Amino acid sequence: MIEDKYISDIVKNIPPSGIRKFFDLVTNSRDIISLGVGEPDFVTPWTIRKEGIDVLDRGTTTYTSNLGLFELRKAISFFLKNHYDLDYNPEREIMITVGASEAIDLALRCLLNNGDEVLVPVPSYVSYAPCIELTRGVPVYVPTEEKNNFIITPADLKSKITNKTKALILPYPNNPTGAIMKKEDLEAIKDIIIEHDLIVISDEIYSELTYDGKHVSIASLPGMKERTILLNGFSKAFAMTGWRLGYIAAEHGFIEAMNKIHQYTTICAPIMAQYAGIKAIYECEEDIEKMRKTYDQRRRFIVNGFREIGFDCFEPKGAFYIFPSIKKTGLTSQEFCERLLKEEKIAVVPGDAFGPGGDGYIRVSYAYSIDKIMKALERIERFAKKIF
Amino acid sequence: MSKKMDIIELLHENSRLTDKQISIITGLSEDEVKDIIKNLEEEKVLLKYSTLVNWEKTEREVVRALIDVRITPQQGQGFNAIAERIGQYEEVKSVSLISGGYDLSVEVEGKTMKEIAIFVAERLAPIDGVLSTTTHFILKRYKQDGVFFTDGPEDNRLVVTP
Ligand SMILES: Cc1ncc(COP(=O)(O)O)c(C=O)c1O
Repeated sequence: MIEDKYISDIVKNIPPSGIRKFFDLVTNSRDIISLGVGEPDFVTPWTIRKEGIDVLDRGTTTYTSNLGLFELRKAISFFLKNHYDLDYNPEREIMITVGASEAIDLALRCLLNNGDEVLVPVPSYVSYAPCIELTRGVPVYVPTEEKNNFIITPADLKSKITNKTKALILPYPNNPTGAIMKKEDLEAIKDIIIEHDLIVISDEIYSELTYDGKHVSIASLPGMKERTILLNGFSKAFAMTGWRLGYIAAEHGFIEAMNKIHQYTTICAPIMAQYAGIKAIYECEEDIEKMRKTYDQRRRFIVNGFREIGFDCFEPKGAFYIFPSIKKTGLTSQEFCERLLKEEKIAVVPGDAFGPGGDGYIRVSYAYSIDKIMKALERIERFAKKIF
Repeated sequence: MSKKMDIIELLHENSRLTDKQISIITGLSEDEVKDIIKNLEEEKVLLKYSTLVNWEKTEREVVRALIDVRITPQQGQGFNAIAERIGQYEEVKSVSLISGGYDLSVEVEGKTMKEIAIFVAERLAPIDGVLSTTTHFILKRYKQDGVFFTDGPEDNRLVVTP
């Protein structure tokens, strides 16, 4: 492509996404059952959709303030207090973003100078490292291991800190492993974070989808709120992926810095989504609870299904993925997924798409009905019989 | 919500789930599941394990009609006696008391429209206390018990996303 010579080095050097590669393969196949999706199978609850319609009906189609509607920030402040016992001032410490995706980008851009290092536990969500690189920072992977339940241990953390380390991404509940970090796990790394003066970018987008006790935010530990940039959003728990609505809660200084970028790059999140978000928080607790419970049922079912087929399968405690090991097949994740797709028409995502350490695993989403999961399990079992 | 409700909802969605599958999904032991289901059957909460069939795709000819029935309530029994009487017929698949302009909604099944028309004229309408009937033939089913008969809304999600 002749355009290539015009593209910046930094963009050219970002490796193609492992998911994207696999996506192209899948799109060319027919009649597949996909367990490869990272978004809810539920549609947005009706109350929320209705509010979106009403907002348009009223002709409310303007920009909002850069930080977002005050009513929504108030609702989020209430939600954070109510669910995680966090205190954030809606006037100064909360801003609305276009999904947690924008929030990840803003947090990194407001923190990083050239060459600053950011610790990224892996396997984890695909966008952290590229966003760090786009900001001219350096991603430093912190491998997490199944034998430690895929959490970051104090030793893991210490071993990767240098005098250039500026921040730690804390991606729990985790996509793709389904791991969570409990209060005691967070307490165990807290002192190291403080001692090395790190800022934590805590991506808590799956916080409401936790199946073993309530989610604990690291910002709720003493001394941590001031060094945490908390990211969350409406995509997962409220089944609102397409609305593009997320938020950041942090000390005023961080919010102000991030808002500087946000005002020039985005202006604001869509007003319809913002109004709908207010309804989501105040009127949809029951809907969320119902969805959470359905995911939990599917989680038990699919984990059991994989184990009965003969896979070693880590028991996920959050999000809506399982991350079974395929190591004993002797295949790489890519080989496994390509063969499963070709031979049984099942799409799952190779674990190595989520960073180093992900090879030898596959990510299987359970944002699908039990019926569909059952059908998929039958095919996976047939496949497993050939390769075990 | 109780585990009992969970089991009811799971079976309502798919009555072919085995006790073992239900135990995995709910986290109860298989024996607990068996006990709960047995109780629910005894209490007549669970009445029948049936299957939703799209008869149009089978060789069986089936016509269904919804019939609005107006009746005079009877001394001491209200609508119940007539409703139960109507329900005795094999052709009648459901009988419900409803609010609004008429009293009972009766769903009737037959092989042909004519058969249903005859049933209404000769069996249903003459019943003592039945004031009037209005028959609506069902021409096409789109959705029943939460399931689409047509292709319905599809999964619009991309097949693989992060
Ligand atoms: C861990 C994680 N963070 C952030 C996002 C982005 O979410 P949003 O839709 O809010 O941009 C996702 C979406 O898959 C995710 O899995």
